[in-house]
Amino acid sequence: MHELPQQLANGLILGAMYGLIAIGYTMVYGIVQLINFAHGEIFMVGGFGALTVYTALPSSLGLITAIPLMILGGVLVSVLVAVAAERFAYRPLRTAPRLAPLITAIGLSIALQQLVWMGYPDAKKDVPFPRFEGDALTILGAHIQRGDLFVLIAAPLCMIALGFFVNKTRTGRGMQATSQDPDTAKLMGINTDRIIVMAFAIGAAFAAVAAVAYGLKNGQIGFRMGFIMGLKAFTAAVLGGIGNIYGAMLGGVVLGVAESLATGYISEIPGMELFGGGGWKDVWAFALLIIVLLVRPQGLLGERVADRA
Amino acid sequence: MTALLEVEDLRVAYGKIEAVKGISFKVDAGQVVTLIGTNGAGKTTTLRTLSGLLKPSGGSIRFEGKDLSKVPAHKVVSLGLAHSPEGRHIFPRMSIEDNLRLGAYLRDDKAGIAKDIQRAYDLFPILGERRRQAAGTLSGGEQQMLAMGRALMSQPKLLMLDEPSMGLSPIMMQKIMATITELKSQGTTILLVEQNAQAALSLADQGYVMEVGKITLTGSGQDLLHDESVRKAYLGED
Repeated sequence: MHELPQQLANGLILGAMYGLIAIGYTMVYGIVQLINFAHGEIFMVGGFGALTVYTALPSSLGLITAIPLMILGGVLVSVLVAVAAERFAYRPLRTAPRLAPLITAIGLSIALQQLVWMGYPDAKKDVPFPRFEGDALTILGAHIQRGDLFVLIAAPLCMIALGFFVNKTRTGRGMQATSQDPDTAKLMGINTDRIIVMAFAIGAAFAAVAAVAYGLKNGQIGFRMGFIMGLKAFTAAVLGGIGNIYGAMLGGVVLGVAESLATGYISEIPGMELFGGGGWKDVWAFALLIIVLLVRPQGLLGERVADRA
Repeated sequence: MTALLEVEDLRVAYGKIEAVKGISFKVDAGQVVTLIGTNGAGKTTTLRTLSGLLKPSGGSIRFEGKDLSKVPAHKVVSLGLAHSPEGRHIFPRMSIEDNLRLGAYLRDDKAGIAKDIQRAYDLFPILGERRRQAAGTLSGGEQQMLAMGRALMSQPKLLMLDEPSMGLSPIMMQKIMATITELKSQGTTILLVEQNAQAALSLADQGYVMEVGKITLTGSGQDLLHDESVRKAYLGED
């Protein structure tokens, strides 16, 4: 159980999910310097959106064919909630002191949890999410559950698509310009309001994909699942260098692997027997964050290009 | 001939403080017009209002007869008004070529954009040599060239340059001024804001002197250059 390939695989699966969610934190922060603390709940509602679609589909339809539709449903719900949050909660506060939108985000996060808790059938406790039947696959010496393959395929695809969008398309360049200098971006003819909405929407879509991955992995989702996953993903975004999309994914993977290795191996270090196992993994995750920030305050891929004025 | 840009009794306020207190000026097509004045005279505020980044509190701005005062900033450039801002404001973490591309953000003619990028490289060869380099690594003067090149990428009817010589070495400043002269000879209409009155007035058709939010003096570039009060106040003569 403690073999290295297995621990690495577990870490990678978890980390890819963190990374997908972290994209949303990093993109929104990069453009409006807002830590969207409701992003964990954007992730959570995506899970419920996907589950709703699955429940509505005829059971004769296999899970594998249902997945694209579930992603679509999850993405739709997450994006709608995120865009509405931007439009009605954050945009009116864009020129307000930083603390106002931050507190709004926290309030929104609680409100979304409660709405799902009250409104979704049986959501007062965790609700079951479909899982793939069948034995785990053995890949490079690690046992990987069939459902976990989803995130291992989806995360790289999402990153490639995002990298292409940001670097190779006109709107993507407009997004980079807006994050570097919003006023000057307007002078170029860039509708920065639209770019901001787009950043929220892309982040929400990625979070919804992560939510489907989370459901397939755990076999259940719940109204509280956005809290710890959101916190970890935020940590991943900071670890990787907030504002940098590749940093977000790298931070996620580093965090996931570190958690997994700590869970598996810390207790084997003499004198550390008490600190092994899953109960301590969050401690090790945040310890890693503190160490990285001490050595590299801008995060792993955070940039410090000289902006000569 | 109707003016390309006509500003009348323009007022701009930051909160209760009025930075521009009712100024009027105009720019005809093909002209180089300069606004000179010391720091805090309201020159930059004026340009930022023309391009929609600030909203006027009074007066009118007409560009080709169209009222600009209610047009949002991101739509101004599509009307033919390009603004190279004070402090250059290039996009530091993007390549030089991407910076130029952003200047053509609203254009759809790929071939034309490629041609204009080449023209910017012809105008400023150093930019062509470093096209893949992050713009933040350029020197101040090179960043100024990029900011001007980027503004030209929208094929503007009016190019607004805010303090293009600010913080540059004398040699670099000469280069920039020579480029403005070249653009002028190609028929580009330019509204030039400068603290370096000597350089600005010697190439301007028309000049306006601004002092604490008001235009105090106006005349042709040559007239102002030889005006005694201008020479005392801005050209450092007793």
